[in-house]
Amino acid sequence: MSRFPRTFFALAGCLVAGIAAAEPLGIGRAALPEEVAAWDIDVRPDGQGLPAGSGTVADGEAIFAERCAACHGDFAEGLDRWPELAGGQDSLNSVNPVKTVGSYWPYGSTVFDYIKRAMPFGDAQSLSDDEVYALTAFLYHMNDLVDADFVLSNENFTSIALPNAGGFIDDPRPDTETLVSTEPCMSDCKSSVEITKRAAVLDVTPSDEENPSASID
Amino acid sequence: MSDKRQGTNSGQRASRRDFLKAGIGLGGAVAAGKAFAAEADPAITEVQDWNRYLGAGTDATPYGMPSEHEAEVVRRNVRWLTASTESSVNFTPLHALDGIITPNGLCFERHHAGVAEVDPAQHRLMINGLVERPLVFTVDDLKRFPRENRIYFLECAANSGMEWRGAQLNGCQFTHGMVHCVQYTGVPLKRILDEAGLKTSAKWIMPEGADAAGMNRSVPLEKALDDCLVAFKMNGEALRPEQGYPLRLVVPGWEGNMWVKWLRRIEVGDMPWHTREETSKYTDLMDDGRSRRFTWVMDAKSVITSPSPQAPMIHKGHNVLTGVAWSGRGMIQKVDITLDGGKNWQPARIDGLSLPRALHRFYYEFTWNGEPLLMQSRAVDSSGYVQPTKDELRAVRGLNSIYHNNGIQTWHVTNSGEVENVEIS
Repeated sequence: MSRFPRTFFALAGCLVAGIAAAEPLGIGRAALPEEVAAWDIDVRPDGQGLPAGSGTVADGEAIFAERCAACHGDFAEGLDRWPELAGGQDSLNSVNPVKTVGSYWPYGSTVFDYIKRAMPFGDAQSLSDDEVYALTAFLYHMNDLVDADFVLSNENFTSIALPNAGGFIDDPRPDTETLVSTEPCMSDCKSSVEITKRAAVLDVTPSDEENPSASID
Repeated sequence: MSDKRQGTNSGQRASRRDFLKAGIGLGGAVAAGKAFAAEADPAITEVQDWNRYLGAGTDATPYGMPSEHEAEVVRRNVRWLTASTESSVNFTPLHALDGIITPNGLCFERHHAGVAEVDPAQHRLMINGLVERPLVFTVDDLKRFPRENRIYFLECAANSGMEWRGAQLNGCQFTHGMVHCVQYTGVPLKRILDEAGLKTSAKWIMPEGADAAGMNRSVPLEKALDDCLVAFKMNGEALRPEQGYPLRLVVPGWEGNMWVKWLRRIEVGDMPWHTREETSKYTDLMDDGRSRRFTWVMDAKSVITSPSPQAPMIHKGHNVLTGVAWSGRGMIQKVDITLDGGKNWQPARIDGLSLPRALHRFYYEFTWNGEPLLMQSRAVDSSGYVQPTKDELRAVRGLNSIYHNNGIQTWHVTNSGEVENVEIS
């Protein structure tokens, strides 16, 4: 390789990093491989981070009934104000969108990652990898994505696409006019003003002695 | 600490409705101009207890507490919002505060699996992934790096989310109280990442918490290297447990969920992770059923904190209106005030520090003749962005968006001085 491309690549690296890296101060110690392995549990959509293992829908149903259904319901429909995890298909553009694994979540890796790190609520990281595969398979089944005899594993994980994977767009803000194009009006900006909505009508503001009279989703 | 305060004020606390009634009563009794006393004021003519007897000695409260007469000034929650307090939120009492710094004990809380009670001696920060040298730091190790002090607001992406479809809660504590602003002391994240040595393929980081939610988010490397801090102090003292003790990530100007508390690990990668909190939550659902993701910046926003429903108008004549404004894109350039529902606007006076990505405090002095008012504040930031109306936001994002509601708030002051949350044409 000639001298020029090498210099170019070095500069490009600096540009990506924004400004030059500071010299190390020799603080901290090397992380041991087994320490990294103990904490590095995250999983990405491309499958990076998936542990070896597998689980069946049937096993997932049994585990779900025991560990999850008290909040999420037997069919992942969600009890009280706990999250529903199944259903909601074709609801996202309605007045009552229901955001579930099947209707909203873009990637199955998110399901695996979240169950493994945070569920069951109050007993996190108590499930084996096979149990997490089984629960993920069960949730897929409850959302009509796989059959009842399906077995999910690290081998076939990325072959299952969630329906709303294409439903996300990157941030296009700002949404509204900025000063660059419009100075905000300061006087005689409108001829009449009417009150159109009042919080008092709903009467859901908390006070100390009483429960609210209404719950709103 | 909060338990202690609640213990001292139980029985004294009036309900909001009692408070409003008191406001109405006072409103009915207000007189314009200077008041004339019919009788000499006993607050002056009688010797008060505190003027006669010895007070408590030093050390009566080794950690000082506010006056018992300020017992109403506490964080409050809205119970119907969430299924449990462990995965829930409470709200900063903005209506009772002034200046730009939020006291540590009043900074709103948002947890996804309760407050992690971390033993700092057992806490570690690991850097792994696309780095030359995966490293482990103790909390003491981090205090050997050069450190910085920075004042930043932190706003939850869901602040004002309950107001997305219409006016719902009577109190700026509830409509706008998922924001606070403190001075952080910490180490630039860039300094820590440099210690591990970033590989050229590095493009994203994933901070992760030590709490039972294992909170994790994807942050683009450009932001991580720009102004993020790993903080261990807030307002000069150690982070409060509910704010991430012993370590939290500071992501200036961006939504609060990314400011991972109880920070224990940062993985460096070449693509985002699409974690639960950046896919199923904190995404902005639009009318057509598609959603915006990675909506990190908190746009310019302001609110009048007093008068407001919890801080009614008491006096006719000269009054001080005050509030806060902030922008994730920089400084607040100006705040305008209307008292007539947006027909006419006047510039407010910003007083105190004006810092990028920090709260700004504004004031507007005016004379009230007892007529009803429709009050609004409108912020303009240093990027030229003008705070929009709620209807302008809904016209773009529809009715299901919830997050990132920075629309203009309207308070209706009635002729009795009561203040209610409304929307106007």
